Amino acid sequence: MRPLTFQRLLLQCSILAIILFAVVVVALKLGAVPVSLYGLGRDLLSLLLHQTSQLSSDYGMIITEIRLPRILLAIVVGASLAVAGTSFQALLRNPLADPYVLGVSSGAALGAILALIAEPHLALPVWLAALFTPFCAFLGAAATITAVYFLGRREGQIDSGTLLLAGIISASFLSAIIMFLLTTLTGRDFRGMAFWLMGDLSTSLQSSLRWVLGIGFLIATGAIYTTASDLNLLLAGEKEAMHLGVDVRRVRLVVYISASILTGLAVSVSGAIGYVGLLVPHVMRLLYGSDHRILIPTAAFGGAIAVVLADTLARTVVAPSELPVGAMTALVGAPLFIYLLRRRIA
Amino acid sequence: MSTSPQSSPAWPNLGDMPRPSKEVRLSVEQVSYAYSANPSQAPLFTLEANSFQARPGEIVAILGPNASGKSTLLKLIAGTLAPLSGRVLLDGFVTHTLTPRARAQRIAMVQQESPLLFPSRAWEFVLQGRHAHGRSLRFENENDVIIARNALAQVGAEHLSDRWMSEISGGEKQRVILARALSQQPLLLLLDEPTLHLDIGAQVDLLVTLRRLAAENRYTIVIVTHELNLAGEYADQVVLLQKGKSLRVGPPASVFQRDLLEQVFQTPLTIEQGPRGRPRVHVLPAT
Repeated sequence: MRPLTFQRLLLQCSILAIILFAVVVVALKLGAVPVSLYGLGRDLLSLLLHQTSQLSSDYGMIITEIRLPRILLAIVVGASLAVAGTSFQALLRNPLADPYVLGVSSGAALGAILALIAEPHLALPVWLAALFTPFCAFLGAAATITAVYFLGRREGQIDSGTLLLAGIISASFLSAIIMFLLTTLTGRDFRGMAFWLMGDLSTSLQSSLRWVLGIGFLIATGAIYTTASDLNLLLAGEKEAMHLGVDVRRVRLVVYISASILTGLAVSVSGAIGYVGLLVPHVMRLLYGSDHRILIPTAAFGGAIAVVLADTLARTVVAPSELPVGAMTALVGAPLFIYLLRRRIA
Repeated sequence: MSTSPQSSPAWPNLGDMPRPSKEVRLSVEQVSYAYSANPSQAPLFTLEANSFQARPGEIVAILGPNASGKSTLLKLIAGTLAPLSGRVLLDGFVTHTLTPRARAQRIAMVQQESPLLFPSRAWEFVLQGRHAHGRSLRFENENDVIIARNALAQVGAEHLSDRWMSEISGGEKQRVILARALSQQPLLLLLDEPTLHLDIGAQVDLLVTLRRLAAENRYTIVIVTHELNLAGEYADQVVLLQKGKSLRVGPPASVFQRDLLEQVFQTPLTIEQGPRGRPRVHVLPAT
C-alpha cells in the first residue's frame, strides 16, 4: 500500500517543470531566424536582471518580443486544455472526452466570434473589453457542454457512445456557423478561419488579455484541483461516489464551470486547438496512474510541454511559412484517438 | 473470514458472541415513498409506511419478490432518498438530512459494482473508503493506511492488496468492496443484493463474515437479498415486503410461515427447522 504523498507529487512536478524549461529553451532557439544558445543564454540572463538595454542584438528583440510571449501563451493554453480534458474525462466517465471532441472548443470559438462582432456596438469600458471576448467564449463553452451532456443521455444515464456522437455533431454544426459568420462578415478585421477552426498561437495579445488569461487559468485550475479526490471517486460512478461522501452536485457544478472557463480562455486567445485535452491526460495516466491529485498538475505541465513542442514544430517544419498549431496536434492526436477507441471496443 | 468456505465454521457458535445491546441504533419510523412519472399523475409505485428498529450487532434482512420495494427501502434508510413521510433515525440523526460527507462517515453502502473506468489496485480502492474522513485534498496518512489494511484483513483479503481490481474473481471483488465499506468505519452497513453473482460457497462465506463483523465491530447491518435461506440462517430480523407493503417484521422464525411465503412468492414450498432452530425453506417443484 503506497498512497500518494505530497513529496511524490512535488518531485514529479519538479521533474516536469525541468522538462518544460528545457523545451522552452529549445523553442526559443528554433525558428526562422537562427539564434545561438550562447546568445540566448545571455539575453535571458539580462532579461531576468532587468537589463533590457543590453539586448542589443537583432534577435534579442525576436526572443523577447516574439518568441517568448508566444511560448508563454502556448504554456497557458496547453495547460488549460489538458486540465479541461482531464476534468471532462472524469466527470463524464469517458476516456475519450476532450474539449475539442465534445464540441466545447467550437462553442467557445462561436462565443468569441459573436463577442467580436458585438463589441464595437456596445461601447464597453476598456477594462471590460478585455474580459468580454473570453467571457462570451466561456458562455459558448458552458452552453455547449450543457447541450452535449443532455444530448448524450439515454434513459437518464450518460451513454458514452451517444455522448461522443453528440459532441462531434455539435462541433461540426458550430463550425458551420463559424464559417458562415466569417464568410458573410467580410471586410472586418477578424482572425482567419484556420485560427478558429484549427487553433493558432501566432497572434500577439494585449497585456490586459494576458492578465485575464493568467489569472483565469490559475483560479479555474485551482477550483478543479480542490475536487481532485472527489473526481477519483466519481470514476466509479455518481451513486458510488455519493455513498463515499462526495457532494456530487457541487463537484459537477464546480468542474463544469471551471473546465468551461479554461476552454473559453484558451479558445479566445488561440482558437480551437484539438486533441491536447485527450492525448495529454492519457499519457500522464500511463506515467502516474489515475489519481487526480497527481494527474491534474502533471497534465497541466504535460499540456504545456505538448503545445510548446507542437507550436515549435508548426513554425519550423515549413519555415519561413507556418502551420496552424492545431494541425500539428491533430496529426498526432487523431490517430491516437482512433487507437484508444479501437482498444476500448476490443 | 477464512480464505475457503470449507475451512470456515459454517455455523459459528453464537452463544460465545456478545449479544446485541439494548440501545436502538437504527430506527425506521413510518417511512413511505412514491414514484411517479410526473407530480400530477397517480404514483407508479408506492412504498407504504414501514417501521422497524435495529441495535448494534444486529443483522436485518429485507426480503420480498422483485419490485416489492426492497431497494427503495434501503435507499430511504441510507438517506439518499428523502421519504414522503416518516423518517429514519441513526443514533438520533435523520439520515436524509445529513450531508453526503456526514452520511458517509456513518453509513456504508455496498452495491452492485459498477465498472471501473481506469485500472485501480485493490488497496487504492479500499483507501477510497477514507474519503469522508479526510479534508478534500488531504493525502492519506499512516492512520488511513492502517485502517485500510485492517479492513482488508477483516475480510480475509490482505493477499489481494496489490492486485488489479479488474483481475480478481467476483467473490474476491465482493470482499474488497466490503473492505472499502469497513474502512469508512460506519455505524450502519447496508448491502444491496451482495450475494448476486456469487457461488454458493462464497455466499455462505459472505454471510458468515457479516455475522462476525456485526459482532466484532458492533455494526448494524441491513441486507437486501433474494436468498431466503441465508436470511433465515443469519439474520436477527426479517422485513418481508410485497408490492410496497410491509407484511411482517420480526425474527426469521416468526416471518417464515408457509402460508405467508407461498402467497408472497407465488410458489408452493415447505419450511422445516435447521440444526440451529433456524427456518429452512424448500421450494417444491410446481405440479
